[in-house]
Amino acid sequence: MSIAIERVAKRFGSFVALDDVSLEVPDGTLLALLGPSGSGKTTLLRIIAGLEIADAGRVISDGQDITHQAARDRKVGFVFQHYALFRHMTVAENIAYGLEVRKAPRAEIRARVDEMLELIRLDFLKNRYPGQLSGGQRQRVALARALAAQPSVLLLDEPFGALDAKVRQELRKWIRRLHDEIHVTSIFVTHDQEEAFEVADRVVVMNHARIEQVGTPSEVYARPATAFVHQFLGNVSSFRGTVHGDRFQLDGTSSYFPVQERLANGPAVACVRHHDIKVHAQPNGHDAFPAVVRHVNTAGALIRCELERSADGSRLAAELCHEHGVPEGLHPGARVFVELTNVRVFADAAQ
Amino acid sequence: MASVNRQVLPGFALSLGYSVFYLSVLVLIPIAACFLKASTLSFDAFWHAVWTDRARAAYALTFGAAFIAASINAVMGLLIAWVLVRYPFPFKKLVDSLVDLPLALPTAVAGLVYSALYVPTGWLGQYLVPLGIQGAYTRLGIVLVLVFVGLPFVVRTVQPILEDLDPEMEDVSASLGATRWQTFRHVILPLLYPALVTGFGLAFARGVGEYGAVVFVSGNMPFRTEIAPILIVARLEEFAYSEATAIAVVLLVLSFASLVAINSIERFTTRHER
Amino acid sequence: MSASAVPNGLRRAQADSVWVRRGLTIAALLVVGLLIVIPLVNVFAQALASGVVVYWNNLFGDHDTFESIKLTLIVAPTALALNVIFGIAAAWAIAKFTFPGRTLLTALIDLPFSVSPVVAGLIFVLIFGLQGYVGPFLRRDGYAAMPYLLAGLAAAISVLGYLALRPTHREARHRFWNYPWSTIVLGCALVFAIVLLPQLYLDVWPHGKSLKIIFATPGLILATAFITFPFVARELIPVMEAVGVEEELAAVSLGANGWQLFWQITVPNIKWGLIYGIILCNARAMGEFGAVYVVSGHIAGQTDTMPLRIEKLFQEYNLPGSFAVASLLTLVALATLLAKVALDRAEATRRRAAAEETTASAVETTS
Repeated sequence: MSIAIERVAKRFGSFVALDDVSLEVPDGTLLALLGPSGSGKTTLLRIIAGLEIADAGRVISDGQDITHQAARDRKVGFVFQHYALFRHMTVAENIAYGLEVRKAPRAEIRARVDEMLELIRLDFLKNRYPGQLSGGQRQRVALARALAAQPSVLLLDEPFGALDAKVRQELRKWIRRLHDEIHVTSIFVTHDQEEAFEVADRVVVMNHARIEQVGTPSEVYARPATAFVHQFLGNVSSFRGTVHGDRFQLDGTSSYFPVQERLANGPAVACVRHHDIKVHAQPNGHDAFPAVVRHVNTAGALIRCELERSADGSRLAAELCHEHGVPEGLHPGARVFVELTNVRVFADAAQ
Repeated sequence: MASVNRQVLPGFALSLGYSVFYLSVLVLIPIAACFLKASTLSFDAFWHAVWTDRARAAYALTFGAAFIAASINAVMGLLIAWVLVRYPFPFKKLVDSLVDLPLALPTAVAGLVYSALYVPTGWLGQYLVPLGIQGAYTRLGIVLVLVFVGLPFVVRTVQPILEDLDPEMEDVSASLGATRWQTFRHVILPLLYPALVTGFGLAFARGVGEYGAVVFVSGNMPFRTEIAPILIVARLEEFAYSEATAIAVVLLVLSFASLVAINSIERFTTRHER
Repeated sequence: MSASAVPNGLRRAQADSVWVRRGLTIAALLVVGLLIVIPLVNVFAQALASGVVVYWNNLFGDHDTFESIKLTLIVAPTALALNVIFGIAAAWAIAKFTFPGRTLLTALIDLPFSVSPVVAGLIFVLIFGLQGYVGPFLRRDGYAAMPYLLAGLAAAISVLGYLALRPTHREARHRFWNYPWSTIVLGCALVFAIVLLPQLYLDVWPHGKSLKIIFATPGLILATAFITFPFVARELIPVMEAVGVEEELAAVSLGANGWQLFWQITVPNIKWGLIYGIILCNARAMGEFGAVYVVSGHIAGQTDTMPLRIEKLFQEYNLPGSFAVASLLTLVALATLLAKVALDRAEATRRRAAAEETTASAVETTS
């Protein structure tokens, strides 16, 4: 089932949760809604489910306007961060619930429950209560419960947020495989960029009640549309400067960088990923500006160093590989020269 | 609602199940004390004192009326708690405070006013008696006043549970296709069973022991409207201490047995927690 | 359907249809109205039915009724005072210490809740009544035990005082603080003798007079105190447990002894719980019927408290009179409810203020 969101808006009191949001979700997609807390992603998910009603705009499913349809009548499966399993019912009864309330025949219910239990590989827990299960098992049961009623769309709200790291990894792979098998249109909410990239076909980056960018994981990472997207995905340092035509001049230097898209002349922001910031001991003719090393952290896969620009005292960070050991002269207080590569320039939106 | 833990008057900040368990343990102690005295009677005399027709009628009425009243309270208490927690209406705070009135009001006043209300000249009696509903000096009157006395117990045990109910449960149930009634029956109500049973147990225990309120309403007619505590007092006034104690022992033993039964029902309703 | 149709912050999935809501609300209000409001209003209506003058006369013109009011005003506060002292002591012991039998003691505090008041009164009659265990002795020479009781009480107080005043730090202790067992035993014996001997020598207590407990005021006080004992203790235990543990540790590490700890740290913190317990205890004490009925003897003008007076007037078919007394007790009940609401609100604001304070100071320290 495909879903289309048209210009949906939602407020809670004076808090704007969604502001003119539009989105197309093709049938069979596994989509991630990615963003920081308060960005509106959970609200959007709940509006699709029918657990909230939009103040403005429409929700269309397979051509039908379901904006005002009750949750009960939409065939959605919803999985919550904290599972929301019915703790007074056994695992089997939980999974059967969606079918029981629709008064399906008993034989069909039993067959479907067994099918689901096999799918999630938890047949042996059939008659246990949720209180006796681990977090990962509970989440799988919650998924089975949602899928048992054969929903047209599967919605997951930070499904792995309450689990520890290892279990999270396993379940991510598992849900990817499940989707490949079942092909139900699925939308999940997360604030974890790694999770979105690993699991989803398409990623929607949201911030402050708006959609910043929609695309495949690689699109969004390599060609971020806004400064926010660039900063949100990966570690980034920002620099102020001015756009002149098709070039960007870094403030306080005479370095120029190409601008990827047409931007109006005037103030702009350049974002550079930390591993694209190179540190040199000598100027060497590159467009490098002087800085002082403030802190070096060699523990971990990369060498992280914090630098302070000599020109205006602003801070930035760089990540270097350990390949050739720690470069000489990289100690707190050392004077170095910083070269920026892979600079992406964006309009200066007030962040 | 703000301070939930202070919502309940007379110290009933007791957790689920704990209260009924302790109540049952505690009845053992007075049993022991009374037993000492009652043991001065020979077995025959004991049996003769506690198993007369009149006494049997009194036990049946005491426990029967308390049971019916507690059952009514279970339903009404749930209704009131639900409305208080979920729906807005004017003067809600006032109604919420009024629910505690039976706990603060002396039982003698309750008995007095209930009997005055249901006699043919009373505010309610003038409408009900012509319809054949006799509230005063009947068993119905006893049940009514016990419902009054026990009402807060169910409301106050159920209210905190309702307030803490996870809204996601209802979200899930709706998304799976359940109607409101189905959600209530299958998802919400089972979570309320332990509190309902505890409240029932507390109301029942209170009803069994209630004296002051019933004395006014019942007319204390032997075999018809005489409850066991009244029988005990009658014996005491005849200075038949041993017989009075014997009946007290029976009352305590029966109370203990019913509390144990209620406690095991309660443990049954929370079996999924273990 | 707009968001405003959903009541009070309930999520959409929890919203019942308008008819269900209205129907249930009306049903609930009917129940409350029928069971609680109508009787409440009726009390005052009946009391004032013949006008204010008759109402006044019923209360203060009738000698026996007036005496019953006075008696209640003696019995309830006395029982209350006893319960406050013992309640604080019991709560202190239970909240601060672990000792064998602690669970049993906690359970025992609930005892009066679990038995019928009539049975409670019965047990007192069994002990102190004419045919009871201690009764005949009390009748013959009731005051004979008084000197020993008083001496014992003095000895107990001195033991508690010793423990309370003992300095916490070993270095601060000198001389007799360091030998607890011998000191306590000797001190006990000494105090006992000091209090006992003058009483015997000076022949303070009358001989051959019966000490009436049952069918007299002391019995009423005892029965009332028994029934209402849990209210104060139960309110104080959780408050004492929760309160100022860090402050207490700090005070102890600075060398405060038990007495100082109690007055300077504990009491200010349990203030509200104590007031709350007192209010509840008082309401119940004034209204207690069953237990008092059994130990009272129903001598009008002497051993009838207000609830008993209501019953007597009722038996005499004097409805206006009994409703007049009932209305006074109802006013006490309403005042109790009001006080509870006010205390709840004060507690909520205090808690909110404390929470804001801690977050504010946390923010301060991190920024």
